[in-house]
Amino acid sequence: MSALPALPISVLPEEKSGEILRLLEGLEPAALWWLSGYTAALAGQSGAAVRGAAPGARDAGPQERLTIVYGSQTGNAKRLAEKLAREAEGAGLGVRLLRADAYPQRELKNERLLAIVISTQGDGDPPDDARGLVEFLAGKRAPPLPDLKFAVLGLGDSSYPQFCAIGRKLDARLAELGASRLAVAGEADLDIETVATPWLDRTLSAAREALKASSPRAATVTPLRAVAAATLSEWTRERPFAAELLVNQRITARNGTRDVRHLELSIEGSAFAYEPGDALGVWPTNPPALVEAILDSLHLDGDSAVALAGETRTLRSWLLEKRELTKLARPFVAAHAAQARAADLNRLLAPDRTADLGVLLQSHQVIDLLHAHPADWTGEDFVAALRPLTPRLYSIASSRKAVGDEVHITVASLVYDAFGSAHSGAASAYLAAREDGARVPVFHEANERFRLPKDTSRDIIMIGPGTGVAPFRAFQQERSAIGARGRNWLFFGNPHFERDFLYQLEWQAALKDGSLHRLDLAFSRDQPQKIYVQQRLRERGRELYEWLENGAQLYVCGDATRMAKDVHAALIELVAEHGGRNREQAAEYIDALQQQGRYARDVY
Amino acid sequence: MNAPRSPVEKIKSESRHLRGTLVESLADAVTGAIADSDTQLIKFHGSYQQDDRDLRDERRQQKLEPAYSFMIRTRTPGGVVTPAQWLKLDAIATTYASHTLRLTTRQAFQFHGIVKRELQTTMQAINAALIDTIAACGDVNRNVMVGANPHESYAHASVHAWAERLSERLKPKTRAYFEIWLGETKIADSDQGWEPVYGATYLPRKFKVAFALPPVNDVDVFAHDLGFIAVVERGGVPGFNVTVGGGMGATHGDDKTYPRLADVLGFISPEQLLAVAEAVVTTQRDFGDRTERKHARLKYTIADRGIDWFKREVERRLGFALQPARPFAFAHSGDRFGWSEGHDGRWHLNLRIEAGRIADRGHATHLSGLREIANVHKGEFRLTPNQNLIVANVAAADRGAIDALVAAHGLDGFRTATPLRLNALACVALPTCALAMAEAERYLPELVAKVELLLAAHGLSDAPIGLRVSGCPNGCSRPYLAEIALVGKAPGRYNLMLGADARGQRLNRLHRENIDEAAIVAELDVLFARYAGERGDGEGFGDFLLRAGVIAPSRRAAIALETMT
Ligand code: SRM
Ligand SMILES: Cc1cc2nc3c(=O)[nH]c(=O)nc-3n(C[C@H](O)[C@H](O)[C@H](O)COP(=O)(O)OP(=O)(O)OC[C@H]3O[C@@H](n4cnc5c(N)ncnc54)[C@H](O)[C@@H]3O)c2cc1C
Ligand SMILES: Cc1cc2nc3c(=O)[nH]c(=O)nc-3n(C[C@H](O)[C@H](O)[C@H](O)COP(=O)(O)O)c2cc1C
Ligand code: SF4
Repeated sequence: MSALPALPISVLPEEKSGEILRLLEGLEPAALWWLSGYTAALAGQSGAAVRGAAPGARDAGPQERLTIVYGSQTGNAKRLAEKLAREAEGAGLGVRLLRADAYPQRELKNERLLAIVISTQGDGDPPDDARGLVEFLAGKRAPPLPDLKFAVLGLGDSSYPQFCAIGRKLDARLAELGASRLAVAGEADLDIETVATPWLDRTLSAAREALKASSPRAATVTPLRAVAAATLSEWTRERPFAAELLVNQRITARNGTRDVRHLELSIEGSAFAYEPGDALGVWPTNPPALVEAILDSLHLDGDSAVALAGETRTLRSWLLEKRELTKLARPFVAAHAAQARAADLNRLLAPDRTADLGVLLQSHQVIDLLHAHPADWTGEDFVAALRPLTPRLYSIASSRKAVGDEVHITVASLVYDAFGSAHSGAASAYLAAREDGARVPVFHEANERFRLPKDTSRDIIMIGPGTGVAPFRAFQQERSAIGARGRNWLFFGNPHFERDFLYQLEWQAALKDGSLHRLDLAFSRDQPQKIYVQQRLRERGRELYEWLENGAQLYVCGDATRMAKDVHAALIELVAEHGGRNREQAAEYIDALQQQGRYARDVY
Repeated sequence: MNAPRSPVEKIKSESRHLRGTLVESLADAVTGAIADSDTQLIKFHGSYQQDDRDLRDERRQQKLEPAYSFMIRTRTPGGVVTPAQWLKLDAIATTYASHTLRLTTRQAFQFHGIVKRELQTTMQAINAALIDTIAACGDVNRNVMVGANPHESYAHASVHAWAERLSERLKPKTRAYFEIWLGETKIADSDQGWEPVYGATYLPRKFKVAFALPPVNDVDVFAHDLGFIAVVERGGVPGFNVTVGGGMGATHGDDKTYPRLADVLGFISPEQLLAVAEAVVTTQRDFGDRTERKHARLKYTIADRGIDWFKREVERRLGFALQPARPFAFAHSGDRFGWSEGHDGRWHLNLRIEAGRIADRGHATHLSGLREIANVHKGEFRLTPNQNLIVANVAAADRGAIDALVAAHGLDGFRTATPLRLNALACVALPTCALAMAEAERYLPELVAKVELLLAAHGLSDAPIGLRVSGCPNGCSRPYLAEIALVGKAPGRYNLMLGADARGQRLNRLHRENIDEAAIVAELDVLFARYAGERGDGEGFGDFLLRAGVIAPSRRAAIALETMT
């Protein structure tokens, strides 16, 4: 089908127009008609927040409790689920908050009110903690749910072709199982709040209506306590702590292909109670040179004042501190296609072109689009069309037991040439350029899913090629600080032994003092045939299986696009080979590990 | 002798004939280094563990271990290789090493910058060129030197033959080398009953042999543990004068260590050569100092016990007495550059290779040039003891082709360079040498340029003055036999040594200690001025300094001279 015409920008805020285009795509005429009626109805009602327009929202069920389930990889969905839980509790509703893998699946059929907050990972995959639930819902064993009212908030990143795939999938599937919508599904892009806040409002009010004035109930919410602990610090994602940079040290050799930095920041006074496995959020400032280049190409004055949503700052400052320039997202492509009247660009937005669009989004930055498809923008429209800047996460590479009031991270500079000019990533370039003494806006992002075993006598197997090794430096520090009796086995890989053996001296020392028990290395480009960690896993298959049988905990961190998949496959293979199982049984074995939280992944 | 044996002695004796834990060390993927004890043993196999000292600090901050790599040295008696072998060595340099071939002061090739995981492959490639590296380093007999003297074709041929036989005889017999590097499977107890000459702990220290072909003393025969001065009569070689107890190495501030010129022991016939060499080696094996490595060379054994005792001991082992030394005379110790015709009517082209480093640098594409020459050359290549190269055994008809390639690749510098530049020597030193205290090879071009300016200012540009630089007092460029020598003491600082002769028969003397370049230049400026004004006819700079009383005569030198005429 031919592409939808771009919406006239004046009517709607930019982000919204993009989303609406996305929602409408591929809908049958019938659905479109229904939607027009639906939105008309909404317009009729007063108040900004979309309220319980879903059919049957009024009749409350017998069970007077809102169940909130989240699937989260990097904590965003968790944070929002917890917010919803707090607000619902505050509103006097009975609430139970559960991580997806803690949700008792057999209870689903009795469920009345269900809110799901879930992100999409990998290439349209569920977060690790939600794999089981998503499979269960998608599968034949999923029960009919005539009595269920639900609301889904999908989290995603519109620079991925499979935008919010999992959120959409669950929303559709629950409806298919006969459940009715408590509120329209939300599809939050990286500027999460833009969509999440209204969704929370409408879900909450709808839930309120559904469970009239029921007496508050002690919510069975273990994670909430965790939240309490985590929120000890007054510093949050929205209110980051200005951490002083103590060390910014390149840790790849000068002739190294990649510039990887070891950064040490002081968190004195932040009360960040981080644990090994957690991440540090960093709010970057865009590369000044890039901002100037964009201003030039648009012939816009960086000093001109631009007001948006009640905030006024110079155009330059909007672009430096408030907008994504290095990551391209669909909404901007749509807006720019309209602005530039670029038919070819417009065609990419067609549903049957998602793959091509994906390629465009991954390979182009905003400036590349401006060069390829010149267009006239006013400062206001341009800023409005761009996505709000979002923080980047970095696995914490230190243990407080070893470094005290510091936090260490390991950052690979993202620099590459494209379209005849040097490109760089916002945060990695920003961090690489900071000098000692600089203040960096950071926040603590807990990751309950990626924790050392409470039982310190358990063995752990750490698979962390590239910067994926970062959290394992923290694990290593922690385990030797507390004198854990369990053995530690690290698999590390990178292109070259001489150039980018990250933290080589520290691993050698750990081997010497006996706090690291095994270290297997894969340097891909040191020999004609490429060697990656998964090959080492296979070579060590027998021992590795023995360790697993012994109750060892398995961790994978690093590249999500290829490494994590290949490692997963290798694990299944070696379990099959050395555990005398067929592929299915081996896969089940690995899934079981995942369910038991004995196979944790932190991939990006 | 009841002082404890040096640690290296223990490592040797426990090494099962040089095996140690080398195989395990090579297999350890976590480090580019090998076990400490193995760093001693690998020398016997012709390799040294090194690291790029330019990068040490930087890498420590990067949390990376030092940039470990290995230097490999060949065993090439007399430094003779065929063009086919040259091409193989060149390929190794460009595939596994730092894209350079380093010609050494002992007529060997050195590869630098080979990483551990490619060490075995490189060793195999070298052996595939029918060249090995056994005993190129370590407490054994090292590469045997032979005066390059291309003029004396027939004499050179027979002397070279003897050098090869001697090299074979004194080569360690352990199979360790073949097991570790060439994958030979270990025959049960293949190390039992081996090393008839050396025994389980080999020698107390390195041992060096050189053959000289008068009138050229390019090998500096008096600088070696054992020397053979060929007596050349009517193109033939009726025998050799034997010299013992020479050596250069010393340690700053330790007067128990010093450079020493060899004593002349007597005359022998060629058939006696191998037996005499073995007697000298085993005497040093049994009496050399195994407690203090700085004092373990043959020169100290002889200095401590006396040359007469030594001669008696050697003759006792031989069962016959040596004949009295025959007269001999050396004219100079430098190379003669350009084409020269041998007695056999074949031609030899002596090229200048600065500090022995063959590389492609800008227009000076020496590595490529010599590759192309090797492709067309039908004779052989001969390394000179002065780090230079001779394209040897060229038919008159083929000279043109070679001259063309030489010119095309900037190898013709010898045609225009000053004598100073042509004869200068420098050891490797930084960044690879672990013992370097100051720059040498990398500093030489700059230093020579500065000294050339001085000479020009005094109208001495054509004066054939010998200049040698060593990065430390070990003296790898045989600096103590140079008219002017810089011996490294600290970065940018050297001991200025002066007054050796040009024939390798008189040691120089310390003139100024621990001075920087400015002071060196100032000193030389004054002395050049005097030399320009006061020198006698054809009087060398060193001889002049002695006559003018700038330096005091050295007694040790005299001993060598007496026996000579
Ligand atoms: C490559 C070469 C210098 C050159 O520019 O050509 C060289 C290079 C080194 N010499 Fe030498 N020596 C070289 C000829 C000499 C000479 C000259 C000679 O033999 O005619 C001497 C003085 C003669 C003598 O032995 O007294 C010499 C006396 C030493 C010494 C001091 C030995 C002593 O007993 O005093 C050391 C240090 C040691 O052995 O402990 C040494 C040690 C070294 C080492 C291996 C440093 C080390 O032990 O870690 C140097 C390696 C540097 C590098 O990165 O390549 N090198 N070394 C020469 C290789 C010769 C060969 O092919 O075997
Ligand atoms: C939980 C978690 C933990 C993480 N831990 C770490 C860590 O420990 N260390 C670490 O270094 N990173 C880590 N990351 C990744 C990190 O958050 C950033 O994504 C990364 O640093 C890049 O951000 P940036 O702002 O520099 O680049 P961005 O500005 O986000 O990206 C710039 C643009 O480059 C494009 N791009 C990326 N690679 C290429 C390429 N090769 N060629 C062409 N275009 C390309 C992208 O599509 C994007 O459009 C982690 C991520 C997560 C989610
Ligand atoms: C490795 C990786 C892959 C991702 N893949 C997708 C994707 O395919 N589709 C999508 O919409 N979002 C994708 N995202 C974006 C996340 O869904 C988004 O960051 C979300 O806010 C994460 O929420 P969470 O912290 O609860 O996991 C991906 C993120 C990462 C790190
Ligand atoms: S003289 Fe010293 S610095 Fe020079 S190569 Fe020999 S040991 Fe190294």
